[in-house]
Amino acid sequence: MYDIVVIGSGGAGLTTALFAKELGKKVLVVTKQYPTEAQTCMAQGGINASLSPNDSIELHIQDTLNSSYQLADKEIVEKVCSSAPEVVKWLDRIGVPFNREGKNLALRKLGGASAPRACFAQDYTGLKILHTLFDNALKVGVEFLNEHFLLNLIVEDGQAKGVTLLDIKTSSVKEVLAKSVVLATGGFSKIYGKFSTNGYGAFGEGLSSALRAGAKLSDLEFVQFHPTSLKNSSILISEAARGAGGKIVDSSGKRFCDELATRDRLSREIYKKLEEGDKVFLDITHLGEEFLLSNLPQEIKLAHIYEGVDPLKEPIPIKPAAHYTIGGIDVDKELNTSIKSLYAVGECANTKFHGANRLGGNSLLEVIFFGKEAALKAGEEENVIKSGYEQLQRDEKFINALFNFPNKIDFWERGEFLSKVLYHNCGIIREEENLKGVLSLIRQQQRELKFMGLKDKSRVYNSELVRFLEYGNMLELSEALVISALSRKESRGAHFRKDYPNLKEEFSAHSVIFKKEDVLHLEFKKNGKD
Amino acid sequence: MVKIKIAKKSYTIPKEMLLLEALEYIKQHQDRSLTYRHMCRSGVCGSCAVKVNSKEVLACEYRLKEGDEVEPLSVVGVIRDLVTSKKEALESLKRASAYPLKMEEVEVTQDDITLIETQSDCILCTSCYSSCPVFEEKKEFLGPFALSRTYRYLADKREQEKKTHLEKVIKNGIWDCTLCGNCTEVCPQGIDPKGDILFLQSWAGRFGFINPSLGSFGSFGLEF
Repeated sequence: MYDIVVIGSGGAGLTTALFAKELGKKVLVVTKQYPTEAQTCMAQGGINASLSPNDSIELHIQDTLNSSYQLADKEIVEKVCSSAPEVVKWLDRIGVPFNREGKNLALRKLGGASAPRACFAQDYTGLKILHTLFDNALKVGVEFLNEHFLLNLIVEDGQAKGVTLLDIKTSSVKEVLAKSVVLATGGFSKIYGKFSTNGYGAFGEGLSSALRAGAKLSDLEFVQFHPTSLKNSSILISEAARGAGGKIVDSSGKRFCDELATRDRLSREIYKKLEEGDKVFLDITHLGEEFLLSNLPQEIKLAHIYEGVDPLKEPIPIKPAAHYTIGGIDVDKELNTSIKSLYAVGECANTKFHGANRLGGNSLLEVIFFGKEAALKAGEEENVIKSGYEQLQRDEKFINALFNFPNKIDFWERGEFLSKVLYHNCGIIREEENLKGVLSLIRQQQRELKFMGLKDKSRVYNSELVRFLEYGNMLELSEALVISALSRKESRGAHFRKDYPNLKEEFSAHSVIFKKEDVLHLEFKKNGKD
Repeated sequence: MVKIKIAKKSYTIPKEMLLLEALEYIKQHQDRSLTYRHMCRSGVCGSCAVKVNSKEVLACEYRLKEGDEVEPLSVVGVIRDLVTSKKEALESLKRASAYPLKMEEVEVTQDDITLIETQSDCILCTSCYSSCPVFEEKKEFLGPFALSRTYRYLADKREQEKKTHLEKVIKNGIWDCTLCGNCTEVCPQGIDPKGDILFLQSWAGRFGFINPSLGSFGSFGLEF
């Protein structure tokens, strides 16, 4: 039995584990692959902290609030932004090799920031932060459980007692009991499939397991689309490229937007151009080889391999793609979810730090800041853990039954189709009729689920089984996402409704969605009203 | 049409594509049992390293050609098809204590960071580990990426325990490397573990650690 079980080994999970260990807690980190194979490694641009003499904590707060379209919680924003310099200092102290300018940390300007504010390590910021956290976790002996996939939360009398997991190597089901459960499972942008910058696996099993257990999720409709992902592969080209002076141009080579506008606006402008049948490019050729190779080495490599272009010589074809899910498991200021002893942190949580649009450089900040908070909170938990929870048997039964599902309909093909429909109808531009269409498609697929199944019947490392479970989670989360998008009859930040193109005061509130007796319910809640 | 072999099975794909794209294509349309690891599909998570025609590559970065043969990584055990156990390789980091031991706040400039820039690009794909011939002779060898990571911390200006780092990589470490350079050749991130091991050897000299094999040469010489 553990004091804390952390699900997920990205920036949020590892930070939680490090601080939990420092508090002397018995902590286990569960990951579905290996610890550093988490999406944090894909964060490129940087981590925000007001460190420049031309910047101030006040400006960081203002920029974050402005980009949130009145939806961020001011108290949270103030708390996180004021702690940002301390967060970066901590990362520097534990060994992150941040770039320097003179004796100070080098800073780059990202979209929506009124001063250079993002500390970076080339364009490998997330990778180097994640690996430094992992190295420190090895140092203090954090215990890892690799290749285990989260199935369900074990909840009794409204209190979390642990989790059930699929051991991917053997297809057996296990339970891990703990006084507190911290979900750090990342976002769910991969439900947009090939129209997402995310890695395989970002299907949000933390969110769907929480939803199934009765926890509240919030602001799911705010899916951030990144304006500059590669046209063919949706692989991300960092905002750092625009921060350094990269231009966005159409097929005639003309600029048509403000490159340093926030991501929501830029994505819409680019999407509209593409819908008109035009092409859009990111042009960084004028920045010069020397600068590009030392500051944006990863972008150069990515454009070469995945788009077949040489960004030193030619503009890079781009499109916007689903990048970051701003909403998540609803948590209060202390990271409490609506289930006792269950906490959520990082992209899977909605702390109300970002509001309706996230600024580049604020998510790495969020995962580290709240990772520490989660450890402090979860470490205090009082919880009586018994044995013989029913969830284990239920899930064992389910997994065993799955091997005998009829498999008359291919879930893979269905999932791929749904992703495409989501991108075009519940993506950058949305409207009622189309959203309703998506919803009926999701419900049809939910009904078809019992006719789906596995072709691969092996019990050894059955990755089709994992994908099937991810598809199930996708169906569950997509439904909640589309209902949230339908309910918000206005446009705000990342959520744009063609039929309600303006922001409406009455919607200055969070959409909160949850299941009651297996039926989804949604309500709006203003900031500060728990 | 392009014919390839993956884990000893033959497949035909419609055109030349990236290996990971091909794996996805085959799994979706031809063989649901085909098993491999993957995550970021953009060369930073390190999960999809395999061997093509006996050389380590990242599946997400390698473009397939007619007749290519894809196999799992060497050294560690195969679980299924292209999936190998990564546990043993990662444990080498612990055995080498390849992590910060005692970091202090000192003045750091960009030159200091540049010194460890490439080493800290490591994605732990374990390609170098798979390519290393020393394991055939010596299972306990720490291997290339753990040693590169040790160098990354030792060379970090903030690290105060430089000697301890060396102590941890003397046995089964820097002197066991044959300097064949396979690791450097296969690293998808352009890291040069062979070079880092040479640097570690020179640091070892500075702290008075002696290459045991050279030591015996010394006494051998004296007898004559």
